[in-house]
Amino acid sequence: MAQIELRGVAHAYAGRPSSDEAYALKPLDLVWDHGRAYALLGPSGCGKTTLLNIISGLLQPTTGAVLIDGVDVTARAPEQRNIAQVFQFPVVYDTMSVFDNLAFPLRNRRVDRGEIKKRVEEVAALLELTSDLGRRASGLSADMKQTISLGRGLVRKDVAAILLDEPLTVIDPHVKWLLRRKLKQIQGELEVTLVYVTHDQVEALTLADQVVVMNGGRVVQQGTPQELFERPAHTFVGYFIGSPGMSFLPCSIEGSAAVVEGRRVPLDAGACARAHAEARASGGELLLGVRPEFVALAAEGDPSAVEVEVTAVEDLGRHLIATARLGERALKIKLPETARARAGDPLRIVFPPAWTTLYVGGRAVPREEP
Amino acid sequence: MSVEKPTNQRAWFLVLPVLCVVALSAVIPLMTVVNYSVQDILGPEQRLFVGTEWYRKVLHDPELHGALLRQLVFSGAVLAIEVPLGVVLALGMPLRGLRASVCLVLLALPLLVPWNVVGTIWQVFARSDIGLGGVLVNAIGVPYNYTARAFDAWITVLAMDVWHWTPLVTLLSYAGLQAIPPAFYQAARIDGASSWAVFRHIELPKLRGVLTIAVLLRFMDSFMIYTEPFVLTGGGPGNATTFLSQYLTRLAVGQFDLGPAAAFSLIYFLVILLFSYVFYTAMNAASARSGPR
Repeated sequence: MAQIELRGVAHAYAGRPSSDEAYALKPLDLVWDHGRAYALLGPSGCGKTTLLNIISGLLQPTTGAVLIDGVDVTARAPEQRNIAQVFQFPVVYDTMSVFDNLAFPLRNRRVDRGEIKKRVEEVAALLELTSDLGRRASGLSADMKQTISLGRGLVRKDVAAILLDEPLTVIDPHVKWLLRRKLKQIQGELEVTLVYVTHDQVEALTLADQVVVMNGGRVVQQGTPQELFERPAHTFVGYFIGSPGMSFLPCSIEGSAAVVEGRRVPLDAGACARAHAEARASGGELLLGVRPEFVALAAEGDPSAVEVEVTAVEDLGRHLIATARLGERALKIKLPETARARAGDPLRIVFPPAWTTLYVGGRAVPREEP
Repeated sequence: MSVEKPTNQRAWFLVLPVLCVVALSAVIPLMTVVNYSVQDILGPEQRLFVGTEWYRKVLHDPELHGALLRQLVFSGAVLAIEVPLGVVLALGMPLRGLRASVCLVLLALPLLVPWNVVGTIWQVFARSDIGLGGVLVNAIGVPYNYTARAFDAWITVLAMDVWHWTPLVTLLSYAGLQAIPPAFYQAARIDGASSWAVFRHIELPKLRGVLTIAVLLRFMDSFMIYTEPFVLTGGGPGNATTFLSQYLTRLAVGQFDLGPAAAFSLIYFLVILLFSYVFYTAMNAASARSGPR
């Protein structure tokens, strides 16, 4: 039951670096609320595991403070933080039974026997492990071992948050889905704060209330799955989330339209003006970003239509993904199954202003007045 | 669903080369020993079949009983000291970096010294008149003279073996410890495990495989020990440090009693085989109880 707050937390693996750029995890402030599920999403090496280990106390941050429920726990060891952590590879104590595995964290904390038995049985019931309590832990399948790892976290009554570090990597695909649902259900029942590290966007988007996208040691955007999909605040988010990701086209601004490869794309006037001013001030590159799902086919005689040429089509069963050429630039378009597009066909499309975002130096230009 | 196994007796031919090599390297030499053990050889052309007489003689030899008892005590002591000590040293070693390399090289040094050189080093080192170790021990007020007192000789032989072979156990355990994924230690920290619990429930179970090998190697080797005590004490004072190999050599080469020596060689061989089998089965059964790793 906990709120997790990070104040100016940064980490470098070799001493204190001279510049912010040298940190593996760049200075960071965030507040995560009690009882919600958060996913840390990003490519390998983006600092998500580092961030997780700082919260659990396995790593001491180079600077900054970690607060749990308003209490500064930066100097506390992991076992004093009331945090459970599940790792990528299942950890079970081979020589012990399932029961003893689940009881282990309590025995280490000198909880009395009756209480241990009660707690272990409760957790076993929750995780559907009751009939396996007497078995030896070493012979079990990977998903059961991972369930036991989770159980060792849940068994402590005072657990404030559960941190999971890519826990489903070594699990068979068909069991993954079941385990993920079980996890979501448990999180809902226990109202415990859940932090889930993954590089799999499907996992992040289905499990979490809030997804924290990280790249290069920075938090790029935090939001609901819908926000990340519809309003990517950064080109990285647009590109990393969605499959295929957002298409980006270099453009310039003329009045209330973006000009891409000499073609006018009418957009929201306010956004255009702000993008123009920002690009002037910062010198950052101007990009027009649109998701394949939001590109629409133009109606007959639509004045804002842009003509592109289809270069490749992938049939994904329920829909098609077309790669099209706009002048020298490529973009992806999601088409219904019924569209009979083939490579070489011309296609007339529109960029709906509500779903088209302008980016300056990688950052989204807000559509509404800030 | 079952798959029928193909049967083809000609497959035996594939085993033939191995059989030939093993016959030449092990079976034939062993058979000559068997041959000696059932005959009384008076001269090159005078052989007498005596059946099990040599076996009976050897089995009732009180000197041999003494040597066997000393051998068992020695091997037991070697295992009891070297295995725990080796594991403790491995636990104390740095995991990586320059210090780890330095430790590894220093540890491996005794393993590179030839047996009779080890004997010579300790023979000089432990001498109570000019040896550094012997003189020091006497200087702190403990009377010590391994050439005169049986107890001192035992301590010296044991110390020599511990110095020579504990590094082997350490290196094996160290390799075993390195193979444990860091997540186990991290999980144990989160679970609030004490360092004893980490050792008992993570490190020791994960070391079982390498420790089985260490125990087998150290048992077989110490049970056959010859050169070092031969150089160091010559089996003395009296017969105090005469182990099986030394007794056997005295029998075969010293007294030229080839018949009894051959009979005893075979018994010796079977004893080592038996003990190794028992150790292996016991430790394997222990790991089978905890399932595959």
